[in-house]
Amino acid sequence: MQFWLGQWKHPRYPTAGILHILIFAGFILLASRAFAVLVLGVTDNFVFPTFSGRLGHTYGIVRDYAATVVFLCMVIAATRRLVFRPARYAVPAKFGKAHTADAIFLLALIAILMLADSLFEASKAAANLQQQQPVEFLAVLSLPWMLKSALSSTPIPVLQNVHLGSYFLHEITFFFLLCYRPFGIQFHVETSLFSIYFSKLDREALKPVRWGVPDERIDEVKSLGVKTFEDFTWKHMLDFYSCADCGRCSDQCPANAVGRPLSPRFLTIKARDYVFRHYPVLGSATNSKPLIGELYSEDEIWSCTTCGACEQECPLLVEYIDKIVDLRRGMMDDGNVPQSIQKPLKALESRGNPYGKLGKKRADWTKSEEFRKACNVKIADGNGVNTLFFVDSITSYDDRIQSIGRATAKILDHFGENFGILGPEEKDSGHEVRRFGEETLFMALREHNVEAIQSCAVRIIVTADPHAYNALKHDYKDVPPVEHISQLISREVKAGKIKFNPIKNEMDVYTYHDPCYLGRHNHIYDEPRNVLDAVPGLKRVEMSRCRERSFCCGGGGLMLFYEPKEDQRIGVRRVQMAAEAGANVIVTACPFCMVNIEDAIKVAGMEGKMTAIDLAELVDQQIARDN
Amino acid sequence: MEILVCVKRVPDTSENEIQLNSSGTGIETDDLVYSINEPDNYAVEEALQIVSKVGGKVTVVTIGGEDDEEVLRREMAMGAHHGVLISDQAFSGSDGRSLAAILKAFVQKAHYDLILCGVQADDGAAQVGGMLAAMLDYPFASLVNSIEVADVEKLKVSREIEGGNKEIHEIDLPCVLSIQTGINEPRYVGMRGIRQVASVPIPTLGPADLDIDPRTVGKGAAKVGRVDYFIPAFGKGAEMLQGKREDIVDRLVELVAAKGGLN
Repeated sequence: MQFWLGQWKHPRYPTAGILHILIFAGFILLASRAFAVLVLGVTDNFVFPTFSGRLGHTYGIVRDYAATVVFLCMVIAATRRLVFRPARYAVPAKFGKAHTADAIFLLALIAILMLADSLFEASKAAANLQQQQPVEFLAVLSLPWMLKSALSSTPIPVLQNVHLGSYFLHEITFFFLLCYRPFGIQFHVETSLFSIYFSKLDREALKPVRWGVPDERIDEVKSLGVKTFEDFTWKHMLDFYSCADCGRCSDQCPANAVGRPLSPRFLTIKARDYVFRHYPVLGSATNSKPLIGELYSEDEIWSCTTCGACEQECPLLVEYIDKIVDLRRGMMDDGNVPQSIQKPLKALESRGNPYGKLGKKRADWTKSEEFRKACNVKIADGNGVNTLFFVDSITSYDDRIQSIGRATAKILDHFGENFGILGPEEKDSGHEVRRFGEETLFMALREHNVEAIQSCAVRIIVTADPHAYNALKHDYKDVPPVEHISQLISREVKAGKIKFNPIKNEMDVYTYHDPCYLGRHNHIYDEPRNVLDAVPGLKRVEMSRCRERSFCCGGGGLMLFYEPKEDQRIGVRRVQMAAEAGANVIVTACPFCMVNIEDAIKVAGMEGKMTAIDLAELVDQQIARDN
Repeated sequence: MEILVCVKRVPDTSENEIQLNSSGTGIETDDLVYSINEPDNYAVEEALQIVSKVGGKVTVVTIGGEDDEEVLRREMAMGAHHGVLISDQAFSGSDGRSLAAILKAFVQKAHYDLILCGVQADDGAAQVGGMLAAMLDYPFASLVNSIEVADVEKLKVSREIEGGNKEIHEIDLPCVLSIQTGINEPRYVGMRGIRQVASVPIPTLGPADLDIDPRTVGKGAAKVGRVDYFIPAFGKGAEMLQGKREDIVDRLVELVAAKGGLN
């Protein structure tokens, strides 16, 4: 109800959103009128039961205004399409011709409906007026009222014809529109009710390989993922019909923004066109060929960072990540995987991390002399440790990122947490393995980790990696509750248990970059900001794209190994956004964001002008320690 | 077309930190992970692509122990139709010539139109393919980086020549080819695929099955033996260019041009 009747996501694009809400409200109000007019052709005095009397008159007035508003909206919408042409409606040449003609045709049909209905009413009112008969009250300044005034001196026989003519015009248009509905975006008026009602409630959790098949029986499934069109779920097919081609998804999509061959909008539109082509209304279905290579390219499907910006925006709650992952599962099952990703996948299988490093060296980041003096990290092996710090691969092995791990450990230590790590017993959380479609490998990693976590009998898990956080929270079962380090710090800040030293360089301007898997996927927006704002002297600005509209850094996990075709790095675009906001320090709370942003700073030639720091590193650096 | 691909299980150089063992006779094997020798994997992919075009079956064979079965399974998960493990105590310690002799005996037991092997094993000497061809009296082409089936009796193959040039040959079947990496993009094999072929039987053949006199192969018959194994000492380090970025770039261009790197 919130997303359908409440039109919840529409105002995110103010102009189009408000227009849509007005048209939507108009349609809801005018639905009964359309049927009333139909019957009026048979009997002149028809009114719906209960609509006689005051209610009927009130409805009449509301309806007059509704028709007028809808008509005006059509004019404005058409003007937008023809004159202002917002960029997101444009159709790149590779996806075929522009959709403007279709859009205008539809707008015209609706405008004709409104005009015909108003004319129908106005001509009767004008005739009644001339014959001094009781006149139905027409709302002042509404379309019928204006038309009535215009027609006030028209002879009765002409009015008769106008009245009849407009009636038929209204009905022909009405029935044409009804028949035309299923063949374009206008169908969303009907399908949206169902696609929104049946949309997934737990948006953060990935769709299972097949609904109704438990994980342990996945080996019995013959073919994994989506390979041909018929492998899509009925809900995903309904999504294809429901898309209104508004382009908000692609407007927000980071892959699309830097010229990768992916546009979520056309993922859907191409599928819809494919359906009409191959499963025609008349005649039989013509094929079920593989989609990859025919409808979608491999690069298109690998281009997605699963950041979720498209889904966040879609007013119709169309699911994209699940479709992308299902298509990847299909490619994985066929062995159709870029060589650059095969290597890390194999290493994950044999070593439990994508770098092919030795498992027994997983805890080496804790072992430097200097760090051990500051903080001694225990291995949690059922020895009464309360809190498990789940480190994950990149923080365990990457030289730069290990610093985030050490900062996190020192913070936990400062809070007096009795914490430990799994060390060599930990394997990659498998978060990206799963999102790259390698479900079987993911399940093996998960099984190993769940067992390791259960055997160390901790009360809570803490991680500094939003991807691990998301995996443990949504992909894993039967593990203790998990928290991101920013939540922990924020709580301590609120409780006043932590004091920060003032920031050293007061000229620095900080901005917080929301990691996709902390923000959009898990709604943790305020905690990191609260922590930053608690540091004395820290000046913070927001980038224009922040919080649930945050712009992905380029993607984590296996995405670091993928070599996309793009005009510019996604991270470079993000760093430029930070510069535009007037910041010179980007704070993030994700190891992968750190890799991407630091790389992007170098690529953009902004070394010295821009730096990046992890929230945990910043906190560790600013904590006022008593000694 | 019946294709045989000879494969080998080797320590995966991309995932291991290779260290000498304490006696200095070889490498430390405790923490090694093994995988199929990379060029062999390309050879299997190429064989699969050929049979998908012209029909036929692909057989993968390896000489080794029980552990080596895993690479056969992996290649069968890729799509190879049969796997054969040649294994016996008598074969251990074989040099290249012995391995080629064992494979020759195996090939003569069946019929193959085409025999592929990787260009060289990560821990090998790039010799078995050529010797096998010679022993069978088959034509041989090395460093092959594309194969086109011309007709039932001939292949068109291209070879990579030093300096990046290519040479195209016609070669009569049956023949032996050693396959260069980059000839194709091998498909991915995950755990699921391997699980699906886990119960497919893989025959193990010994000297009696192949009519080999055990005295002619193995350590005792080896004519080449390893006498030492060492990691070369680091050379004199690289030259570090210093100064302003522009100067460094200019100097770099000069150096590369001096070595003939810029034309």
